[in-house]
Amino acid sequence: MAALYEGYTLCGLAPAQNQSNSGVLGVEAERDSDHVVVTDSTRSVTLYKVSDQKPLSSWTVKQGQTLTCSAVYNPQTKEYVAVSDGKVIRIWKQEHLLLDQAFKATVSADVWRVHCVAGGEPVVLFKRGAVRLLDALLSAPQQPIEEVLAQEESIRWSTNIVTESQQFAIFTTEQKGDHFLYLQRLNPNTLQRYRLEREEPGLSPLSFSASYRDKHIRLLYLYPNGHVYQSVVSERGLVTDEGGQAFPLPRSLLLSLPVGEGLLEAASAQALDEAHIAVVGVPHPSAGSGKDFLCIWNTNFQTLQAGKEIAGKIYGQLWSFWNKLFIPHGKTLSVIPYECPKSSLASALGKMRQVKTEESKAPTSVPSWNNILHEEKALPSRTVETRKTRITRKSQSSSSLTNYQVLELIKTAPVEEVQREVDLLLSRTDIQDLQPSLGQLASTLVSRTLQDPAFYTPSSLAQLVHTRCLCHSVCPDLVLLALERKDYFLCQLCLQFFPDIPEAITCACLKAFISMSDVDAENGSLEPDGVSFMETLIARERGPDGLLNGFSPTSAAEYRSDGLGGGGTRAQQDEEMTSPPPEQICPVGLHKAVLLNEVLQTAYSDSFLLPHLKDLSSQQVVLFLQYLQFLYLKYSQDAFPQTHGLRSPSLSQILDWVCVLLDAHFTVLVMTPEAKGLLVNLHSFVKSQVRLVSELGKIEGSLQELNKMTAKKDVGQYSIEIIELF
Amino acid sequence: MGEFKVHRVRFFDYMPAAIRAMAFNRRTERLALARADGALEIFNFADNYFQEKVIPGQDGRAVEALCWVGRRLFSAGLNGEITEYDLENLRPRYTVEAYGGPIWTISAVAYSLSGCVPCQVGCEDGTVKMFEVLEDRIQFQRNLDRQKGRIISLCWHPSASLIAAGMMDMIRIFDVETGRATHRLLVERGVGASKSKEVVVWSIAFLSDHTIISGDSAGKVQIWDGLTGTLARTHLVTKWDVLALSVSQDESSLVAGTSEGTVVQFQFLSSTLDGQNKDWVRTRTFKNHSHDVRALVHTETAVVSGGMDTQLVVRPLLDKVEKNTQESAMRKMAFPHRSLVCCAKKAGLLLFQFPDHLELWRLGESDGHGNPGDSLPVKRKPEKLIQLKRKGEDHICCSALSPCGGWLAYSTVTSFRLYRLQNNTISITKVSKLPKDLRSAHQLCFSTDSSRLFASSINSSVVVVALNQPECKYLHTLKPKSGSREPVHLLFASEDGKWLATANTACEVQVYNLDKIKLHCTVPVYGSCPTAIAIHPTSSNLVVVHADQQIFEYSLVQKEYTEWSRRLQKQGLHSLWLERDTPITHVTFNPKHPAHIILHDMFMFCVIDQSLPLPEAKTRLFNQMILRSLPEPMRILHRHAFKMCKTFQNLMCVRLLEDHSLVVVERPLLDIMSQLPAPVRQKRFAT
Repeated sequence: MAALYEGYTLCGLAPAQNQSNSGVLGVEAERDSDHVVVTDSTRSVTLYKVSDQKPLSSWTVKQGQTLTCSAVYNPQTKEYVAVSDGKVIRIWKQEHLLLDQAFKATVSADVWRVHCVAGGEPVVLFKRGAVRLLDALLSAPQQPIEEVLAQEESIRWSTNIVTESQQFAIFTTEQKGDHFLYLQRLNPNTLQRYRLEREEPGLSPLSFSASYRDKHIRLLYLYPNGHVYQSVVSERGLVTDEGGQAFPLPRSLLLSLPVGEGLLEAASAQALDEAHIAVVGVPHPSAGSGKDFLCIWNTNFQTLQAGKEIAGKIYGQLWSFWNKLFIPHGKTLSVIPYECPKSSLASALGKMRQVKTEESKAPTSVPSWNNILHEEKALPSRTVETRKTRITRKSQSSSSLTNYQVLELIKTAPVEEVQREVDLLLSRTDIQDLQPSLGQLASTLVSRTLQDPAFYTPSSLAQLVHTRCLCHSVCPDLVLLALERKDYFLCQLCLQFFPDIPEAITCACLKAFISMSDVDAENGSLEPDGVSFMETLIARERGPDGLLNGFSPTSAAEYRSDGLGGGGTRAQQDEEMTSPPPEQICPVGLHKAVLLNEVLQTAYSDSFLLPHLKDLSSQQVVLFLQYLQFLYLKYSQDAFPQTHGLRSPSLSQILDWVCVLLDAHFTVLVMTPEAKGLLVNLHSFVKSQVRLVSELGKIEGSLQELNKMTAKKDVGQYSIEIIELF
Repeated sequence: MGEFKVHRVRFFDYMPAAIRAMAFNRRTERLALARADGALEIFNFADNYFQEKVIPGQDGRAVEALCWVGRRLFSAGLNGEITEYDLENLRPRYTVEAYGGPIWTISAVAYSLSGCVPCQVGCEDGTVKMFEVLEDRIQFQRNLDRQKGRIISLCWHPSASLIAAGMMDMIRIFDVETGRATHRLLVERGVGASKSKEVVVWSIAFLSDHTIISGDSAGKVQIWDGLTGTLARTHLVTKWDVLALSVSQDESSLVAGTSEGTVVQFQFLSSTLDGQNKDWVRTRTFKNHSHDVRALVHTETAVVSGGMDTQLVVRPLLDKVEKNTQESAMRKMAFPHRSLVCCAKKAGLLLFQFPDHLELWRLGESDGHGNPGDSLPVKRKPEKLIQLKRKGEDHICCSALSPCGGWLAYSTVTSFRLYRLQNNTISITKVSKLPKDLRSAHQLCFSTDSSRLFASSINSSVVVVALNQPECKYLHTLKPKSGSREPVHLLFASEDGKWLATANTACEVQVYNLDKIKLHCTVPVYGSCPTAIAIHPTSSNLVVVHADQQIFEYSLVQKEYTEWSRRLQKQGLHSLWLERDTPITHVTFNPKHPAHIILHDMFMFCVIDQSLPLPEAKTRLFNQMILRSLPEPMRILHRHAFKMCKTFQNLMCVRLLEDHSLVVVERPLLDIMSQLPAPVRQKRFAT
């Protein structure tokens, strides 16, 4: 996992008055990792020892002269090279105290920049595109310099790359909104020109960065809309060289950075290694729309690896040498050390989970493994492939934009509009693709609702739950919100569709359902499935009493009278016979019963449920037990409920709940007088069940004997059989 | 090849008697075995454990102990008598009253330099009586000092100067010279409730190093020092009784049989590597019996055990035999190696022989036809026609039913009876006038036309009797030329009435020409005892099957082995065939297919088709299941001569009736087990 360390200030800056320019012309590497040469935009070149944050030397041109390109250090000759006033090349050593006394040469054309990297010779790039080696140029300073670039074409950025076999000068130009890449090989000199594909009209790359790896030059560029592209050019390049003919440069989208509001203005992206890029001037996905962040992204996994807020204005300038990033911001030039270890899938995923909710703000947050993996391999066939991926990416980004817009909308818009927009979004066909963002949508809705008591969109939420893409952990507040708003339909849906409702929430639901008034309960509508099930169940209240499954209320009464020592009177039993016994009447209303059924059907684990169940008051427990008893009696009378195919709790679920409830409240129930009858009844259930089971055991035993007998059946005393020998 | 209608008979309630005592003759490798009903059996361990001889029992003769003196066999029993057996004529030779009440044990010195071999018995009244074994009888010599309490077990010291006697609560050592008891070893009683009960020393062994080993009713095996009379070691092996002990000849191993049905082995081993300080260490436990192990023999390579569950078990000791060979396989002998069932194949009658009665059954009928594997509806149930009780106290030793079902004969060691049967009216009349020569028979056989009765008699002779209404007439006696005195145990009269084949336990097979009334030929003697013989009805080839599972076919016309027999011997029988552990007890032929020989043992019956190629060593012998699954044309490729059917198990008899249906008499071992008394109660898990 890449990391950014605590940064420190290298030097103060004197930015220009309009604040658009940082005042730093360039930062260049010096002899080792601890030295850099900083050229400011006015007149001075300073050598810094980085770790000491201290200038070692400083050179200044005379007043009236300006440095037009950043000074570079030539490690071979241990000389510094700079250009002043466009045409004067100055070369000096560290011993030279005064720049004026150093070597000077005036050339015949304006110099754009002098580049020098370790292992290569200094290269001079002229403003009109010509390239010369410094030595060759200095041998005849006044030699004519040709014009490579067309009219109105000007250099935007340049660099210099040394490979094993060759040295390159690379520069990009702009001509009437078109961007070109020039690849100048030195010794022998060849020039290639590529046309960069156009991004959205009016957008031109904010920053470029080039790196060389695996015999390919990789160009990384960032657009103001946050897209980071990579183009790969072979080191060998094409042989043909029809002057001025620009090849289209294939590109692939590496990243779509979140840009927040508006486009990026001053931002820069720098490739750190094959998988990481540093970006400055782009908003952090989890921290609003402020753009003053330095972030390291992993391009393979498209994950944010590290981020750091940078104080002060960002100028869109970024250099990196030897694991240090140099960023001018505000009035300082800061050095921020970083580390990019080889990223592993596990670490990438681990981080990704952490930043998931924040990251989902990014337009395309789900990486396509195929793309990533194939991009690594399929370099030769890039052109075709990238085209395709770009098209798909484009469509994705356009749709995700609306998704994002909806998110934004939810935060502020009135109820009706939100409702309409969410409905629209959900009515789209590619709902499955939306799955990750649905959670975000729901949680945004929920948080808005929580903040704004007047805001509630029950149908949108119900619709979201119905997609079955949600679960409790995605929007943990939803169930409680529904309870709070007395939206029992939504509660029912959640209980039905969420596989991961914690026991505490289940219990809260249970408590709310038991204690709610029947008026409240009958108000809304509920899932018709459960309702019709309960209707049939209650409709049977007046049906004939069965004596199925070994238990009937009359026999229960007998047991009871046995148990109470013959206390039951004949008259009482007669009474019970004429009117339906109390336990045969549903103790709760229809809707309440439906909701309780939903609770019965949720998954739970005993040990987690028990402590929460203890919160129920004894009245609630008695009521619930009565209801469970009612259900149990209904079930044991008839085998119908399971056969209906309607959503209904199973007998074992009912019994489990009875057990859990008794476990949680037994002592309380024993002390509660009104629970006595209930407990006696339950006891007689158990008795009857034990009886039934023991009878079944007996039957099983005798049936097994029967089985044995049939197996031995052919072993009689005498039989006549036919056998065949072959 | 063909379908058979099979009468599957399970109503023969054969019940073997419990094994009481055993004695092993190491020199002749014969095991003598006494059963609870007094019957005696001789097994030849050198010949595939074949049960050579059976001496039927007698009412009131309860053999408690057996003992070999050379080739002579003595028994002693609770009737207080000592009996010597005539192993040639299969009857007791004489009986001597010991005058000491019931005899519990008999012991003879293993060898003696002098000609007279002392033999002694332990009696109920507490006396140890010494007998001298003379040439033709035994003679009482003297009593040792009379003790209080019965003498249960006896053992000679190999030097023949000392005797150890197991009694109630004690062991005594006698000096034979003086007749005085020199030591008295007190045996501790069991703990708990059995403390008040006397402990019985059921078995005792006296080793040459004067170690005495005892097994008692408190479940202990104790090792004593016989010189000092001190207890060296106690092994508690069971909660119940240790009933039998047996020591290997080299005195390095000892087995003890218990009431739990286990046999526990002890070995004389040193606990250290240097071989010093040897001790009797309990090593192995075998559980091959469900009931008491009453008799034990430790042979060179195996433990032979028998008891209440009537099975004789030979359990090879795997450190003495080569592993995974036929020799290392455990054998259980449950059925006699001879047929107790006789079948009248013309009349469809079955005669079952029990020790004290005979049962005559008529088979049921069915007119249905069915596919292979079907059970046909039984139109007429089988019925028991006659149950004939024997007369006298001797048990039946052999019986026969004529093929027409009109004659029935049985014999005990002392008497012979012949009955005339009227099947239609189910009447039985005893033929009263019998020839004098027909006193007793080892084996009986009727000719096919029921006009002759052949009875094997003394000295391998066969008495031929003509059967006529209303009496029968002695014709002549056929005698072998070899002058063998061994009893004839197999008789077969050929279909055409011309030949009579006999086989005796000396492995001789004689063929008599009945027309000329003289010996036709003697089949070359083969080293294993014949277990079944038969003469082919048309080709007159004699088929002999031996105890070692070899099959020979001998042409009576050419007086030589047939081509097929030579081929069979040349190629060799299939190894799986040779590894079967029960002998073929009957051979018959199929008149419809002259090339078919039908034979059976306890676990299978087999049709040998002589026209088919013999199975090679690598082919599957039991290939009926494979053939069944193959389509018809493919079967021809996989067929071989041996068609074996294992559908029926625990076979007592397989016969072919005249209507070409098979009669199969099964006696499931489980049915036998279920009739045994309950075993001692054992604590099992969760009971």
